[in-house]
Amino acid sequence: MRHDAVRRWISTIVVWLCGLSVVLALIPLALILFFVISQGVQALNWDFFTQMPKPVGETGGGFANAILGSLMLIGIGAAFAVPIGVISGVYIAEFPGTRLATLARFAADTLNGVPSIVIGVFVYGIAVMPFRQFSAIAGGVALGVMMIPIVTRTTEELLKLVPPALREGALALGATRGWATLTVVLPAAAPGIITGVVLALARIAGETAPLLFTAFNNRFFSADPTQPISSLTVQVFTYANSPYEDWHRQAWAGALVLVTLVLSCSVLARVATRRLERLQTGH
Amino acid sequence: MRRWLKQGDLGFKLGTGAFAALVVLIVAGIGFELWRQSWLSIQKFGLSFWINDIWDPVSGEFGARPFIWGTLYSSILALLLATPVSLGIAIYLSELCPARLRMPLTFLTELLAAVPSIVYGIWGVFVLVPAVRAVQRAFPDWLRAVPLFEGPPVGVGMLAAVLILAVMVIPFTSSVAREVLKAVPGSQREAAYALGATRWEAIRAALFYARTGIIGSIILGFGRALGETMAVTMVIGNNPQITLSLFKPQYTMAAVIANEFTEAADNLYLAALIEIGLVLFAITLMVNTASRMLIWSMNRPARAPRAARVPANAEPVGGAA
Repeated sequence: MRHDAVRRWISTIVVWLCGLSVVLALIPLALILFFVISQGVQALNWDFFTQMPKPVGETGGGFANAILGSLMLIGIGAAFAVPIGVISGVYIAEFPGTRLATLARFAADTLNGVPSIVIGVFVYGIAVMPFRQFSAIAGGVALGVMMIPIVTRTTEELLKLVPPALREGALALGATRGWATLTVVLPAAAPGIITGVVLALARIAGETAPLLFTAFNNRFFSADPTQPISSLTVQVFTYANSPYEDWHRQAWAGALVLVTLVLSCSVLARVATRRLERLQTGH
Repeated sequence: MRRWLKQGDLGFKLGTGAFAALVVLIVAGIGFELWRQSWLSIQKFGLSFWINDIWDPVSGEFGARPFIWGTLYSSILALLLATPVSLGIAIYLSELCPARLRMPLTFLTELLAAVPSIVYGIWGVFVLVPAVRAVQRAFPDWLRAVPLFEGPPVGVGMLAAVLILAVMVIPFTSSVAREVLKAVPGSQREAAYALGATRWEAIRAALFYARTGIIGSIILGFGRALGETMAVTMVIGNNPQITLSLFKPQYTMAAVIANEFTEAADNLYLAALIEIGLVLFAITLMVNTASRMLIWSMNRPARAPRAARVPANAEPVGGAA
C-alpha cells in the first residue's frame, strides 16, 4: 500500500504546482501594474495632457499631441475596420459552408496571427511608399487592418448566438434574408458586437509596431491626415529610449495612461458581457 | 439561384460577400506586397541571404542568419518557460479551481494579454534589465565562464527578452489549453476515477485525451513569440550575433525591422528588411495554421465521445505588437 501513498503524494504535489503556476503568472502582472502606477502617478500632471513636447533638453512639456494623435489614428482605423469587419462577419455567419465563408474565416484567423510589425511593413508598401510620405491615414490603415479580424470573428460568433426563432419570425412576416438580418438579427447581436469593437479598440490603442513607419512621429500636432502624426505608444517608445531623465518620467506617465485605458476597456467589456449573458439566459 | 433573385437576396449575398472577399484579399495582399517589395533583395542574394551572418548596411552586405537565430532562440527558450506554467494555469482553472475563484482568476491571467507590448517594454527597460544585471553581477566567476552565461553585465540581452516573452505568451497558451481541456468529456475523468485514479492521474487522462489541442495551444504561443516586436526590441540589446549566451545582446527579425526600417537609406537595404518581414510572415502563417488545425481537430466528430466544442475564439483579445 506504500505505492498508493506515493501516488497520492504525487497527486497532491501536482495539484499544488498547478495552483502555484497561477500565482507565478500573476506576479509579473502585479509587478508591472505596481511599477506603472507608482512611477506613472509621480509623473502624471495636468501638463501631461495639455502641453506639447518641449524641445530636447528642456524639462516639462506633455503628451497633448500624442493623445490627440492616438485618438485620430484609432478613429481612422475604426472608421474602415468596423464596417469591413461587421459585414464580412455577417457573410460568414449567414452563409456558412460556402467556400468564401470558410476562406474568409481562415483569412481572419490568419490576419489575427500576423505579427503587427509585418502589418506595418505591408501598409508602408501600399500607403506610404506610393506617396513618399508618412501619414496619419497610413497609420490608421495599419491599425484598421489589425482590428478587422477581431471584429469579423466577434460578429460571426455573436450572430450565431441569436436564437433562430427571431430570424424565422422575420422571414415568416415576409422579410427577405438580407432585410431580416439587417433589422432583426443584427440589432439583437449589437450589444455584444459593440463590446467586441471596444475590446478591439483597446487592443489597437496599445499598438506601437505598426505605427513606427506608417504614422511615424511628429513633435507637433497636425490635423492634416496626410501628415505624419504622433501617437501615445510611439511617443512612449521614443521617450523610454532617450537618455533624458525627464523623458523617462513622462514615458512612465504615458504607460500609465495606456494601461488605464486598455484595462478599463477590458473590465467594462467583461462586465457588459456578463450582463448580456444574464439577459440572454434570463437569470 | 432563381430563389435568391426572387427574394431580392442576391444583392445581400454579393454585397456582404464582397467584404468577406476583401478580408481574404488583405491577407493575400500582405504576402504579395512583401514579396514584390523585397524582390530586389531576393534577386540579389537568393538563398545566401539566409546563410550569411554578416549584416552590414554600409557595404551593402545583408545576411539574415543572426536574426533568424535570435528569433528562434528567444522564442524556443520563452516557450520552455511559458509552457509548463501555462499548462499549470489551464489545469488549475479548468479542473481544480474553486468555482468562486474561477472567473476572477481567468480574467486576471487574461489581463496579461491586454497589457500593451510597449508597457512590457518600458517595464523591461527600467525594472527587469537592472534586475538581470544585478543577478549577473552576483554570479561567481566560474559560472560566468560557462558559455551559457558569458558576456558583459549590461542587463540587456537574451535573458531579459526571454523572460518578457514568456510572460507575454502565457495568457495565449493557457486560455486555449483551458478551452481544450474543457472540451474533454467528463466521462474520461470519471472512467479514470472509477479505476481508482488519483486526482492527478485523472487529469493526466484528460490531458492525454486532449493532447492534439494542447500541442496546438503551445504552437499558438510559439507563433505569438516569433512575431513579438516592441518589448523584445527594447530589452534584447539589438546586436546581430549568433551565440548561446543568455546574457549577450542579440537581435530578432521583428526587432531589426522596427529599428532600422526608417533608417534604411537605399532600396537594397529596405528590400532586405522587407524580405525579413516576408519570411516572418511566412513562418507565422505556417505556425498559426498548424496550431489551428490541431486545435480544430479536437472538434472532429470522429473522436467520439465528445461533450463540448473548443470555441473558435478561444484566444484572448490582446496585443502581440
